[in-house]
Amino acid sequence: MQQLPIVLGALNVGFLQTLKLFFITLLGAFPLGLVIAFGSLSRFKPLQYFSRFCVWIIRGTPLMIQLLIIYYFPGLVMGNNIWGSGESGRFVAAAVAFVVNYACYFSEIYRGGIQGVPYGQQEAGLVLGMTRSQIFVHVTLLQMIKLIVPPISNEIITLVKDTSLARIIALQEIIWAGQSFLKGSQGIAGAIWPMFFTAFYYLIFTAVITWLLNRLEKKLSYFH
Amino acid sequence: MAFLEVRHICKSFGRTEVLKGIDFSLEKGEVLSIIGSSGSGKTTLLRSMNYLELPQKGTVSVGGEILFDYDDPHKFSDEELRRKRLHFGMVFQNFNLFPQYNVLDNCTLAMDLLARDKARQTKQHFDKAASHRENQQIASDILASVGLSAKLKNYPCELSGGQCQRVAIARALCLKPDILCFDEPTSALDPELTGEVLRVIKGLKSSDSTMIIVTHEMEFARNVSDKVIFMADGLIEEQGTPDEVFGAPKSEKTKSFLAKSLESI
Repeated sequence: MQQLPIVLGALNVGFLQTLKLFFITLLGAFPLGLVIAFGSLSRFKPLQYFSRFCVWIIRGTPLMIQLLIIYYFPGLVMGNNIWGSGESGRFVAAAVAFVVNYACYFSEIYRGGIQGVPYGQQEAGLVLGMTRSQIFVHVTLLQMIKLIVPPISNEIITLVKDTSLARIIALQEIIWAGQSFLKGSQGIAGAIWPMFFTAFYYLIFTAVITWLLNRLEKKLSYFH
Repeated sequence: MAFLEVRHICKSFGRTEVLKGIDFSLEKGEVLSIIGSSGSGKTTLLRSMNYLELPQKGTVSVGGEILFDYDDPHKFSDEELRRKRLHFGMVFQNFNLFPQYNVLDNCTLAMDLLARDKARQTKQHFDKAASHRENQQIASDILASVGLSAKLKNYPCELSGGQCQRVAIARALCLKPDILCFDEPTSALDPELTGEVLRVIKGLKSSDSTMIIVTHEMEFARNVSDKVIFMADGLIEEQGTPDEVFGAPKSEKTKSFLAKSLESI
């Protein structure tokens, strides 16, 4: 029984790192995804091909490989570990990998959302003398957001659990924390039950996120 | 020179020639109806007026100002294009109201943005709230004139098709266009709703607006127009007063089209 506070303490520290990675990924990937989406939709062909090529590479390879390459490549090949040493270095590398990876997935969802808004909306804006950027901000954007909430929700919930992949470069997130009691840490070894607690953290967190996203969906249901 | 002058407009999509040289003119305050079977180029002609399509030949001018001249290679800036577009208002077949804004905001959105940009260009102080109130007043007056005073705060999805189209008409009127264009304004409506929209359009005639109406409502075209154009295969087959075109058509194509559209089933 005296093991419980020790385990929970360790899991809380790990979960904080998970949360940090989760929110930083969203914060970076939401805007970067939009930039990539504009690239994929650009009428300037080289930019369009470049964007779509990047999306193909990132979506076509496992996130785990991307994590390993992004973390180890600078140090092993360029002889200069730009990420810095220790936990903070691993965190920055993981964040970069996650932001780029999720931005590519988001960009395709955005692209679908932008193309899903009827072209007549743009035309209406044009004949009312609005500029292209005004049309995007005042007309297309909210309609696009409404369209992409369900698919983005899916990605966000996947991200909650994908953060555990950062374990592969030894980022001390919650799985790492739970697993340490399998191997032995702070006098506890060979314990499987901390893993169940770890799973429970994910369950609760996805429940909260799902609830928030459903609220957003309801909020946007005033028009269709 | 007439108020609106359209000279030799040509437009192809790929290999399909949609407009093969269209010439017509319109005086201020006149109402022009364009009729013809589907695919004859009526809608494309209308869309060529306000830069929704770029013609491959020809000129368009309003009140002596050249809006479009294919032979003039000068590229317009976005700002010029915007100003030129605003000579025309456009009412679409599918309304194209902005679903996330209520009726009043649908009308004031573009007005607010234009007022802000105008103040920016002239470097004048801009009072956003005051300008918005003013625009709201203008918009609610216009909405009242199309019979929608009670619906200002409703969203488009809460309105009938006929009400939506009346909002679209009001929204176009708010920007005070020189010429108001209608692209089959009743084609997406249930038959019992077309009347309310046509009455609104008819009501505008008395307030001496210049209008171009692409329509399949022959009876309406005959009643409301000063001028009728019958289009076939990308050309103007026949034009004249409603009495001339409907009463005594000269061309065989016009005769057969009118016979078909008046045919009772």
